[in-house]
Amino acid sequence: MSTPPPDDALRPPGDALRPPGDALRPPGDALRPPGDALRPPGDALRPPGDAPLGAAYGGLAELPHGVATRRGAGSPGDALRPPEDAPLGAAYGGLAELPHNFATGRLEELVKWSRARSCWPAAFGLACCAIEMMATGGSHYDIARYGMEVFRASPRQADLMIVAGRVSQKMAPVLRQIYDQMMAPKWVISMGVCASSGGMFNNYAIVQGVDQVVPVDVYAPGCPPGPETLLHAILTLHGLIRSGELTRRREASPARGAGIVVDQRDGQTATRMVVSRKRGRFGRL
Amino acid sequence: MTAVDAPAPQGLSRLGVAVSEDPGGGTVLHPERERLPEVVEALREAGYTQCIDLCGVDYLGADDRGRLPDAVAPQRFEVAVTLISHSGRERVRLRVQVPAADPSVPTLFDTFPGTENLEREVFDMFGIRFDGHPDMTRILMPEDWEGHPLRKDYAVGVVPVRFKAAGDQR
Amino acid sequence: MSAGALRTAGRVHARSGGAVLRLSEAESLTAAPSAPERMIINMGPQHPSTHGVLRLLLELDGETVTRCKPIIGYLHTGMEKTGETLTYLQGPTNVTRMDYSSPLFCELAFSMATETLLGLELPPRATWIRMLMCELNRISSHLLFQATNGMDLGAVSMMLYGWREREEVLRLLEKITGLRMNHNYIRPGGVAADLPDGWRDDTLRLLEGVGDRLDEYDALLTGQPIWRERLQGVGVVSAAECLALGVTGPILRSTGYSWDLRRHMPYLAYDRLDFDVVCGSYGDCFDRYAIRLNEIRESIRLVRQILDQMPAGDYRVGDRKVTPPPRGRIDESMEALIHHFKIFTEGFKVPAGEVYAAVESPRGELGCYMVSDGGPKPFRMHIRAPSFVNLQALPYMLEGRMVADAVAIISSVDPIMGEVDR
Repeated sequence: MSTPPPDDALRPPGDALRPPGDALRPPGDALRPPGDALRPPGDALRPPGDAPLGAAYGGLAELPHGVATRRGAGSPGDALRPPEDAPLGAAYGGLAELPHNFATGRLEELVKWSRARSCWPAAFGLACCAIEMMATGGSHYDIARYGMEVFRASPRQADLMIVAGRVSQKMAPVLRQIYDQMMAPKWVISMGVCASSGGMFNNYAIVQGVDQVVPVDVYAPGCPPGPETLLHAILTLHGLIRSGELTRRREASPARGAGIVVDQRDGQTATRMVVSRKRGRFGRL
Repeated sequence: MTAVDAPAPQGLSRLGVAVSEDPGGGTVLHPERERLPEVVEALREAGYTQCIDLCGVDYLGADDRGRLPDAVAPQRFEVAVTLISHSGRERVRLRVQVPAADPSVPTLFDTFPGTENLEREVFDMFGIRFDGHPDMTRILMPEDWEGHPLRKDYAVGVVPVRFKAAGDQR
Repeated sequence: MSAGALRTAGRVHARSGGAVLRLSEAESLTAAPSAPERMIINMGPQHPSTHGVLRLLLELDGETVTRCKPIIGYLHTGMEKTGETLTYLQGPTNVTRMDYSSPLFCELAFSMATETLLGLELPPRATWIRMLMCELNRISSHLLFQATNGMDLGAVSMMLYGWREREEVLRLLEKITGLRMNHNYIRPGGVAADLPDGWRDDTLRLLEGVGDRLDEYDALLTGQPIWRERLQGVGVVSAAECLALGVTGPILRSTGYSWDLRRHMPYLAYDRLDFDVVCGSYGDCFDRYAIRLNEIRESIRLVRQILDQMPAGDYRVGDRKVTPPPRGRIDESMEALIHHFKIFTEGFKVPAGEVYAAVESPRGELGCYMVSDGGPKPFRMHIRAPSFVNLQALPYMLEGRMVADAVAIISSVDPIMGEVDR
C-alpha cells in the first residue's frame, strides 16, 4: 500500500454510529478498509453483530440483515435500534418522506457487498480476447448492468484486472507492474486459454499461463471466450466476493488466487479438462 | 502472384542477375548480396516503387531448396525482398543468399526507408545484420533476449503440459 | 509520382532521424533529450488509446511532439515459429489469431499461398464464399474502427453504435462459421463448410440494417464541427512518404493514391465485381475515417453482387489428398478412412518452392510468404502484416503535432497489435 489508509477505516466502533445526517453517505466511502487483505478479518472489520450502521444507499435488498426505518425525529441512538412496529424492507416506499432511514447489517457484509458492487476493471486488453471484452462493454451485452462499464485506464482506480489475451515474455513484467500498482483488494480474471495456460501458443514467446505472474481468481475458458462466458466469470467473481470466499482463499495462500474455473457459456463446446501444472490446485465452482 | 510476361527490365539484364520463376509464375531475381542495394535501386528506377516485404529464411535442414539457378550457390540463410510495381501491376522478388559464417546484408534503408522495421525484424529473428541500418536493434523480443528464435536450431520452446480433469480439490 | 526530388528528400529525412526517435528501450530511461527544453515521455504499452499494447516514446517540446518511436513486441506470439510446427490444414488456426479484427484475411492469404504451391484450382463456389466472407469481415473490421475511433476521440456514443452493428455482423459470421472470431473457416482447398440454410435472407437483412446505420454515423460525425476540428489536417502524410515507407491500404488511399489489390491486381473473382476504390485527397485523419466509412458502403455493394452471382457447386476441391472426405464416406469406404486419417495426422505434402500471395485486408496488403521443402508442414511461413509496416508512418504523422492529436493519429492508423507483433 503506497497511500496511507484513510482515517475512517481506523475509527473506533462507536464512531460508526453516526447521526442520521451522515447516513446518506455512500457506504463505500466510510467502509473502505484499505489493506485488509493483508490482515486478519477481525482486525479491520469489527466483530459482526454489534455494528449496525445507517445506510440509505441503493440495493438495500441485498443486505443480509434487513432494513429498518423510523418515521419522525429521534435521537441518533434511537435511530439505530429497529423499532418493533417498523416493517422490514419499508425503505422501498417513499424514502423521500422520511427524515432518515438506514439499514442494519454486519459491517463485514456491507464491505463485501460494496466491493462486489463496485468492481471496476482495469482496461488491460492484450489480444483477441480484448475485442470480446470490449464487446462485453458494448451495448448488446452491456456490462454496465453490473456497474462495471468504467474500464479504468489507471490501475490505481481499478479493483479487477481482466487479463484478456496472450501474455508475452516482454509483456509479463509490465503486467506484474500494473498488478502491483492496483490497490488492494484486487482480483484477477484470466480470460481465454492463452492467458490461462498459454493455449495453442506453446512456444518461446508466450508465458504459459498468467498465473505464473499474478495470482488468478477466475479462469474463463474459450478462444476467445464470448461475452457470455466473460459475464459468467465476472458474476462468479462477484459471488465469491459477496460470500467472502475469495478473501478467505486469498488469505490462505497469498501467492495464489482463488483459482476457480468456470464453464464456457457461449455455445462452444466446453471442455472438461483443465491444465494443471506445478500449481496443480484448481477448483471448480 | 501475377505472371510477368516481359523478361527482366532492361537495366537488369545489364546487371546480369540470375533470374528464375516461382511456382506461382512470379519473377525471382538472385543478386549477390553485395549488389543488392544497387539492384534494388535499379528496380526502383524501373518502376518498382514500393518495397512490400522483406523477410529471412533459414534453410538449415531443408530437404529441398526449391528452384535455385545453377549460378547461385545456396547458403544457409536467405533474405527475400518483394518489390511491387504499381504501374506494371506486378511483383518481383529478390532472394539473396547469406552465409552462416557472416550473416550480414547491405541495408535497403537508403532506397526504401520502409524496410526499417522489416530489417530489424529479420535481425531479431535470424541474427542477420543489415550494414548501414540506422537502428539495428531487436524489435519484437526483449532487448536482452538471447538467441534468434526463427533460426532452425532454436527450439520452439514447447513446455510439456500435463492434462488432467478438474476435480473439487479446494 | 514523378517527383523524384521529393522522394530523395524524404529518404534523407528518414536517414537523418527526422521524425523518428532512434533510442533503445534501455537508453530511453537515461538518455538526455536532444535539447534542454525537450523531454522524452513514455506512452503505453498499457494505455487506453494505443489499441492494445503499443508503446510510444515521444520526445516533446512543450506539448508538441518533435520525434517519436513506436516500440512493439509486447504481443509477440511466435506465430511464425509455431506455424512451422503445424500442418497446412492446421495453419489457418494459427494465422487467424494474428489480425483478430479481420481474421479471415489472414486465413485467405495463407490458403492462397498453399494452393499456389499445390497448384490447386478452386471450385467457383469456394471462391465466391471466400469473397462473401471477406467482405462481411471487412464490414465488421471497419465497424470496429469506427467504434474505437469514436471512443478515442471522446464520441462514446459512436463506440456503442459501432459495437451494436458489429454484433449483427458477428452473429451472421457465427452462423456461417460457428465462431464469432478466429473462425478457421477458409482453409487450403476451399472453406470449412457450406453456407447454412437461410444465409441469403440473413445477409440481406444485415445489409439493410447496416446501410441505414451508416447514414446515422454520417449524421452523427461527418458534419460535426468538433469531429472535423479534431481530424481535419491532423496526421498528414504524402503519397511519396507512403510509398517510401511501404504503407498500403486506407492510409495510402487517403493521400489520393488509388491502389487497391482487389481492383489493380485482382485475386479470387474481384475482377467480376463492380466497386469503387475509395480515395481521399489530403492524407489526414479525416480522410482515413471517411475512407473506412465509405469502404463499408462499397463492401455492402460487393456483398449484394455476390449474393446475386453466388454459384452452386462444391465448396472445396474434390482432391481427396487435400480435402477430408465427407463424414458419411468414412463409414463406407476404407480408402476414405485412410485419407481422413492421413490428412489429420500427417497432413498432405506440398511441393517444394516458395511463393508470395497477397490480399487486400482492411489495413492494407496482407501477404503470406510460404516456403515449402516438400514436407507436410511449411518450412517457413511469414506473414507480411500491413499494420507492422504502416506503423512506420506514425512518427511522420505525429511530427509537429500536439500530444492530444497523437490519440487521433494512432487511432487513424488502425493498428492491430496481434498482427504487428505476430
